[in-house]
Amino acid sequence: MPGDIAAQAVSALASVTPEPGAAKPDPILVADGVNRHFGGLVAVDVTHVEFQKGAITALIGPNGAGKSTFFNLLSGFDKADAGTWVYAGTTVTNTPPHRLARRGMVRTFQLTKSLSRLTVIDNMLLGAGEQTGEVMLASILPFLWSGQEKKNRERAMVLLERFNLAAKADDFAGSLSGGQRKLLEMARALMLKPNLIMLDEPMAGVNPALKQSLLDHIRDIREEGTTVVFVEHDMDMVRDVSDWVVVMAQGKVIAEGRPDTVMRDQRVIDAYLGAHHDQQLTDSGETRTEGTTS
Amino acid sequence: MDMGFVLTQAITQAIGVTAIIYLLATMGLNIQFGYTGLLNFGQIAFVAVGSYAIGVFLIQWQQDPWPNWMPWPTLVPNLWVAILYALLLSVALALILGIPTLRLRADYLAIVTIATGEIMRLAFKSTDPLGGSQGINGKMGQDFYDLNPFPQQDRFDFGPLSYTRADLWVVLVGWVVIALLLLLTWALMRSPWGRVLKGIREDEDAVRSLGKNTYLRKMQALILGGLLGSLSGIFWAIAKQSVQPDSFVPAFTFFCYTILILGGAARVMGPVLGAIIFWFLLVFIEQFLLLLIDNGTITFLVPTQVGPIRFILVGLGLMLLMIFRPQGILGDKKEIALDAR
Repeated sequence: MPGDIAAQAVSALASVTPEPGAAKPDPILVADGVNRHFGGLVAVDVTHVEFQKGAITALIGPNGAGKSTFFNLLSGFDKADAGTWVYAGTTVTNTPPHRLARRGMVRTFQLTKSLSRLTVIDNMLLGAGEQTGEVMLASILPFLWSGQEKKNRERAMVLLERFNLAAKADDFAGSLSGGQRKLLEMARALMLKPNLIMLDEPMAGVNPALKQSLLDHIRDIREEGTTVVFVEHDMDMVRDVSDWVVVMAQGKVIAEGRPDTVMRDQRVIDAYLGAHHDQQLTDSGETRTEGTTS
Repeated sequence: MDMGFVLTQAITQAIGVTAIIYLLATMGLNIQFGYTGLLNFGQIAFVAVGSYAIGVFLIQWQQDPWPNWMPWPTLVPNLWVAILYALLLSVALALILGIPTLRLRADYLAIVTIATGEIMRLAFKSTDPLGGSQGINGKMGQDFYDLNPFPQQDRFDFGPLSYTRADLWVVLVGWVVIALLLLLTWALMRSPWGRVLKGIREDEDAVRSLGKNTYLRKMQALILGGLLGSLSGIFWAIAKQSVQPDSFVPAFTFFCYTILILGGAARVMGPVLGAIIFWFLLVFIEQFLLLLIDNGTITFLVPTQVGPIRFILVGLGLMLLMIFRPQGILGDKKEIALDAR
């Protein structure tokens, strides 16, 4: 039962030591020594990180921590300078994104990539995997693919219904609002029946009302047995929905843990606010004055 | 010279050999640029490959003392084999252009294709076995003209339109081939394969993230468009019985883009409407101005100035079209109003 997978994942995570690079009981994605630098700048330098299967894992960190770059590397949109990563038991280091997607590892983007001049339903149908009609020679023989197309269309309509986009099915995706585009992108990714869905800032630019429904959708996705990993800045959302939090700063994983505890971790607070954030500026100033006078 | 003559000329040209040549090349561009978003600024290179393959295989290699270690002339016994080779060569050209550039951003293909068109023109022009600056002249495609089913008579009249026996055959076959290719385009573009191409045009990364091999699809679109370009060149060589290096100028590709945008990009019938209207206007304006000069209404122009002026007027018309109907004649206003991504 999918629901059980989620419950199991949560209980399994309870026994994991909240340390960077902690081993998980049943990881779906394991990355080792992943390194990416742009000239002299080390953008990502992750020694070891594991993502628990069936859980919702949040990847957080201050701006420039390398979260999105790490995401791009794992999903094949960027090439790592070093490192290996294993998805569902297979090494997928630097595998092109379309191969990863076919293996069930799908991502969305921070800036939504809805295909504007395609209708909403065409956006959805594009998501369906293993289509005979997408082979050039088969495409001119409709009897080879029309049955499959019909089934895909039915599944797409069910998903659109669930994401409240069914009424918009025949509109151009470019006519949707920003929030609706986020929903469409998520629904489109689900057309692939993914095992692991990676959401890059799903809440960016979404109004509070829609945020709540997006959160529910993310929980539903997990209930169906899909593992969710997401990058997010919105701390309320992270606390609300995630089972596990991985914190990155300056390209490294600096902390891991359950959402309630990781927020209190000194390393995380330091990363976000600076190591000297709780010292009063006047105090240090006075110390310096004393130093000079004595 | 009267208004009837002007109109007859314009209509004849609008559905004539030149319009067919441009139309075939534009249909290729429609697949590449209209549907897939590939910026091919060197469609003329594919046209040149088609034309030159016919000319070289059927004329040059048969009459020139070709090195006898080259066995190829014997492999080209007739026009049909030459056409096959011409098409294979255009596939090769598409692969050469596509393999290094299609993994890169769209602009790289544009740069490489426009350069390739010019390189090929200049290389052909300065290679004597390929005809040099004289080009290739002679009876090309006799096999095709031998199939002409029309009875031996001087002219065939259809209302005001009048054709010679050969012209009628050429134009008829041209339009039949176009009709079949339009059907093929329609079948391809309504299929899931066509949907992937349109997705690539909108956002390639999104399509890649959905498990599609976009590189393969872009290559297929480039090859298919190139084949259509090459067919245009083949038709050109057969219909005009002449291959001139200086016909293959970059402006050809730009006229194709003009035709495509005029008719409506990413519409199956867009290029057809575009080509007919473009050539109708071009010839109509030319003949009309000549008529006005002839009967003394216009005194500030001489007939030799008409050629350039018609392009100025057509350009002006296109600017107005872009301002008032940017989606082209068959386009959808709602679609063009959307921001590209």
